[in-house]
Amino acid sequence: MDFADISPKLTMLVYGLVAFAVVVGGLLLLLDVVPSYFARRRERQLIAVAAGEAPALPPGRMHKPREFGYAIFFLLPVVVLLLIGLVVPVVRTLVLSLKNGDGSEWVGLDNYGWMFSNGDILSVLWNSLLWVVLVPLVATSVGLIYAVLVDRARLEAVAKSLVFLPMAISFVGASIIWRFVYAYRGEEQDQIGLLNQIVVWLGGTPKQWLLDSPLNTLLLIVVMVWIQAGFAMVILSAAIKAVPGDIIEAARLDGVSAWQMFWRITLPSIRPALIVVIVAITVATMKIFDIVRTMTNGNYDTNVIALEMYNQAFRYQETGQGSALAVFLFILVIPIVIFQIRNLRRQREG
Amino acid sequence: MAATTTPALPTATADAMPKTVAGRVRRRLNTRAATVVSILIAVLWTVPTFGLFISSLRPEDAIKTTGWWTFFSDPKLTLENYNEVLFGQSASSGQLANYFVNSLVITIPSVLFPVAFAAMAAYALSWIRFRGREWVYIGIFALQIVPLQMALVPLLSFFSRGVSLGGLTLMPAWQLEDEQKFIQVWFAHTCFALPFAVFLLHNFVSQLPGELMEAARVDGASHPKIFRTIVLPLITPALASLTIFQFLWVWNDLLVALIFAGGGDETAPLTVRLAELAGTRGNEWQRLTSGAFVSIVIPLIVFLSLQRYFVRGLLTGSVKG
Repeated sequence: MDFADISPKLTMLVYGLVAFAVVVGGLLLLLDVVPSYFARRRERQLIAVAAGEAPALPPGRMHKPREFGYAIFFLLPVVVLLLIGLVVPVVRTLVLSLKNGDGSEWVGLDNYGWMFSNGDILSVLWNSLLWVVLVPLVATSVGLIYAVLVDRARLEAVAKSLVFLPMAISFVGASIIWRFVYAYRGEEQDQIGLLNQIVVWLGGTPKQWLLDSPLNTLLLIVVMVWIQAGFAMVILSAAIKAVPGDIIEAARLDGVSAWQMFWRITLPSIRPALIVVIVAITVATMKIFDIVRTMTNGNYDTNVIALEMYNQAFRYQETGQGSALAVFLFILVIPIVIFQIRNLRRQREG
Repeated sequence: MAATTTPALPTATADAMPKTVAGRVRRRLNTRAATVVSILIAVLWTVPTFGLFISSLRPEDAIKTTGWWTFFSDPKLTLENYNEVLFGQSASSGQLANYFVNSLVITIPSVLFPVAFAAMAAYALSWIRFRGREWVYIGIFALQIVPLQMALVPLLSFFSRGVSLGGLTLMPAWQLEDEQKFIQVWFAHTCFALPFAVFLLHNFVSQLPGELMEAARVDGASHPKIFRTIVLPLITPALASLTIFQFLWVWNDLLVALIFAGGGDETAPLTVRLAELAGTRGNEWQRLTSGAFVSIVIPLIVFLSLQRYFVRGLLTGSVKG
């Protein structure tokens, strides 16, 4: 690598930083200067009115419009970017899903019909279903069990950090880590993958783990669980620690066993956190893409919706079919959105 | 922010004094068993990463012929893999140093823009009174869950073909080439980050004491002044956790980079390059292990040193949602 290669990149970075300073600094400066200019002008007018040189101003009209003006300025970048980057594209994708591959003709619901009749896509949908059922269930259970265990353990902070660590690793990095675990060498050679070595130690024969369906999908799910369990554990552990001590004390005085304590006291108390964890992991799992792409590239019957959507739209240039898959993904999360908004409104009222 | 830190509750003191001797013994055994099991699980969770790290330091022929656990009986260390994967000149080596720079150039602005914009919006949605405020907030909140996939195709065509309505060109194509493609990556990352960013910061900003704002207004401070001098200093911890989130998300992202940065060495980040190496040279473990570790090391450092902020952000970001 020599400097000639990176200097245009660093130049771009400098442009970006300058743009940032100009936009954010400029907005704040504008917000400071313009209102004080108006305030001064109004002051001058008031003085003029007091001196009897000008007609009286309509009273009390200044306050509200000015608040609104401020709100617009403060919200402007976010609202404009969200409109350009999310709202309009979502509508466009809905429209594109009703058109053919290059967007030139209307095809009605054909793309959706294709989705549910094409055998390959149906197996993609089944795989996705497997992911969405298993990952939240297993990751949350593991996280919950670990949170309960670690709550009574010494070295709690270290143990939690280690389980939480995979959250910092990219899905691509995690996929490489696990591909190495699943690596295969012929029977006569030494194994380099840990899983096959364990099999050999136990007296079995090594396998090409990622080739057989549906076992390979389950092994990819393990990677996602490995990443998400730490997330579940951290949130649930905080919730467990927040269970009021007097409730626990009262239950203990009543002679409740640890098992009953868990089901009757801990679990109901952390229900809101549990729901949040399940929802978050479910949404993340629906959009799973990187792991499947890096581990198997969707081959050997491991494909999922998000990867198929990417392939259709960006590799085969079938934007219609790709959009239909995206819309299907969107429809799947709509119930979650509604559920979340209802929660939010209840919280804000309560 | 009082509500965000989970207070250490008196469970510990209640646990410390069981009523009977038998209870105390059982309690101690319980703790010991829990400690052993939880450390076992923690080790199990770390072994895959650890194996990768050890392997990345072993010579190529050792990686390819023996398992990394044999390292302990036959230790041989080398930095050759890192040298090769970062700076190697041949096309088959990773040339990751280049991509590392790309990752940095992509990440820094993609973190700064959304954090700044979201802070402003969160202030407006909490402390400026205007009609429809509730609906704007709920709209932004709902956008959090919209899958990125819904936006990718149109946003890419927005950059490459511009916007036209009924034959009338409202905005020409951006015509970005090579390094200029960074701009569209920044733009995409910023847009996609905003809903969550606004939501997270709003949770903090709206809990600041109202009397503080009221007092400042009575003193004649304008909204920008309150925002700069009162709100920003008070929400620094929240800004820190959002920054970490966004950093990890952008640095680790593959999908957005694949689509908006392309695969070339001018703009593609580490993740794209690694995925490519894994696809085309899946058995070159000396490159994959060291390459993966190159991409992991920065987020790991950030994560381990700032874990406190990260966890705090996670708790407000999700538990309250």
